[in-house]
Amino acid sequence: MGGLSTKHILEMASLSCDDITLILDTAVNMKEISRRPVKKVPTLRGKTVVSFFYESSTRTRVSFDLAAKRLSADSVALTAGASSMTKGETLVDTVRNLEVMSPDIIVIRHSSAGAPHLLARHVSLPVINAGDGMHAHPSQALLDLMTVREKKGRIAGLRLAIIGDIARSRVARCNIAGFRKMGASVVVAAPPTMLPFGIDSLGAEVTHSADEAIDGADVIMMLRIQKERLAAHLFSSAREYARTFGLTVERVKRARPDALIMHPGPLNRGVEIAPEVADGPCSVILDQVENGVAVRMALFYLVLGGQRDGGD
Amino acid sequence: MVVIRGGRVVDPGHLDGIYDIYISEGRIVDIAAPSAGAASSPAVTEEIQAAGKIVTPGLIDMHVHLREPGYEYKETIATGCLAAACGGFTAVCPMPNTEPVNDRAEVCRFMISQAAASGVGVRVLPIGAISRDQEGKDLAEFAGLKEAGAVAVSDDGKPVSDDLLMRRAMEYAKGFGLPVISHCEVVSLAAGGAMNEGLASTRLGLAGIPNAAERIMVERDIALCELTGAALHIAHVSARESVRAIREAKKRGVPVTAETAPHFFMLTDEAVGEYDTAAKVNPPLRSEADREAVCEGLADGTIDAIASDHAPHSVMEKEVEFDLAANGISGLETSLALSLSLVRRNLISISRLVEAMSLAPARILGLPGGLAVGGPADITVIDPDMAWRVDAASFRSLGKNTPFDRWELQGKAVLTMVGGRVVYYGLAPGAGRCR
Repeated sequence: MGGLSTKHILEMASLSCDDITLILDTAVNMKEISRRPVKKVPTLRGKTVVSFFYESSTRTRVSFDLAAKRLSADSVALTAGASSMTKGETLVDTVRNLEVMSPDIIVIRHSSAGAPHLLARHVSLPVINAGDGMHAHPSQALLDLMTVREKKGRIAGLRLAIIGDIARSRVARCNIAGFRKMGASVVVAAPPTMLPFGIDSLGAEVTHSADEAIDGADVIMMLRIQKERLAAHLFSSAREYARTFGLTVERVKRARPDALIMHPGPLNRGVEIAPEVADGPCSVILDQVENGVAVRMALFYLVLGGQRDGGD
Repeated sequence: MVVIRGGRVVDPGHLDGIYDIYISEGRIVDIAAPSAGAASSPAVTEEIQAAGKIVTPGLIDMHVHLREPGYEYKETIATGCLAAACGGFTAVCPMPNTEPVNDRAEVCRFMISQAAASGVGVRVLPIGAISRDQEGKDLAEFAGLKEAGAVAVSDDGKPVSDDLLMRRAMEYAKGFGLPVISHCEVVSLAAGGAMNEGLASTRLGLAGIPNAAERIMVERDIALCELTGAALHIAHVSARESVRAIREAKKRGVPVTAETAPHFFMLTDEAVGEYDTAAKVNPPLRSEADREAVCEGLADGTIDAIASDHAPHSVMEKEVEFDLAANGISGLETSLALSLSLVRRNLISISRLVEAMSLAPARILGLPGGLAVGGPADITVIDPDMAWRVDAASFRSLGKNTPFDRWELQGKAVLTMVGGRVVYYGLAPGAGRCR
């Protein structure tokens, strides 16, 4: 059994189909650990994970942290306020300093696209991207893939609709890449203000109608609408957005009867998603969160050289 | 008397052939067909053999950033002049975005005195600010700047967003015979953008800057140029729509001129690759269609001049997150070779290249240009065939930031002479060293 073909986890485009399958299969085993009464194995005992969160995040930070701890790795999480960035030191300097303290993995969340690539060029350690600007969030795409595969038994041949601010979403970019790679078709829906130049070049169909995107979809992925985007003239009001793009009970009926409802969180109930849909029978939003820990455990394990079925 | 012997002298509209150029007391005293086999006159004290080389009027880089005063860790006037000399430039025009801004005579005089003190010998012809502190609110003192030696005004690095201020700047500058150089950018359209808006920015998840951010301002400035009749020069043209607008304006007789930079005819936004900050520049590297339009604009004369927009930065500003990185490319030492590649690809003639890198900047800035008997001996000797490899680490400029590092180029300045004095000599064995 082989391991990953890549040292760093920076974006979905650099993972092969085999890599993705390996990660998802490994995550299934890891999920089982989280469901035991004693949620801890000694697999990464003596290893150290350093996480940098230069952008606020609760669920992703906790998810990575729990993943490390469940594998018995020591984890240190630094947030922007606690880091030297505020003292004027550069990101590369900060990480070079930490590198000589011999951690084994660096996890980074940053508001600048490409920040994990910058680190990967300057340090010898494996770097895991926990979200960089509008660019990528590979562990999110992997947990989404895991959730869909778990519920549907497959990815290939499914139709995924992603609705929301596609232009500014790393979740959208990464999921388009990941789902397309694994054989699904992807349609994105948004007003033109929320679609980036040449989005179809990423392999997604494009529509300005939420209804059209949802027609026949197997999976509906809603993106969070940030109300501060109003200031950038991306839409005219939260009310109008909810009416034209929000996922309502009525709208869900256009999808396949067994369609899954996903959302990367945090939710704006009543804006992009109606509360009864978010909490309804088709919603797998909490499964996504649970699977996030399993996927991150799998990433730590595999990035440190673990191989499938090689765990304990 | 010094003689540059047997080179192909290219002075567009004037000379193109094998000539000897005689220089005495800083001036050209004769340009004559080589007298085959004739012994040198006793008055000749030095001979520079230029057979196989191209001898041109001194190249002028009308758009550079020398960072002094204020940012001497990025570049000083001395290091910038060294880089210019080695790049084949006899004169450079530093933009005013220093600290303090060159918005008054004192700063302008300081720049010129630092150039003299450096001893390099390259002419430094500063460009004054349009507005005080480049804030876009009040006009800088054009009269004082002109008296102190400024050759143009510009708020380069920032657009003049206020339409009325731009109108008044053109009108006021016209009275002093100063051209107005415009940095064309609509701030609200470009805001937050880190690269060209296109497929690459979509893939990389970086906020994009659309061509329209440049084009709209180019069209506004052309409208104001028509209104005022003042000399308008558009800096660093990058977008095809801008080229088209300038071409149409020139057809109407609008007194507009324009420049582009080598990176805009050599690269596209694909050069950003995986967040390579060396390729981060403002305006941003555009698409292939834009690159081609810039080449066409250069070929047909729509774009008058090639300037490097030499923008040196330290590692501190470039080895950071892409959207936080400073814009700019250190260009003085690669500009000529990159431009010569257009000649080799038959996109422009050598004569057009000399026009774009020497005569046009001189004409736009109202400087003496060309190789005239009695004129200053500002001369560049180019070896068009010399193959060399860009090694940013060995740049004379303090700015090692270039997307062309490690590129194999062909063609190089081998001698730069300012006012009869050799400021760079790379002809003899040991070529490449600076005097």
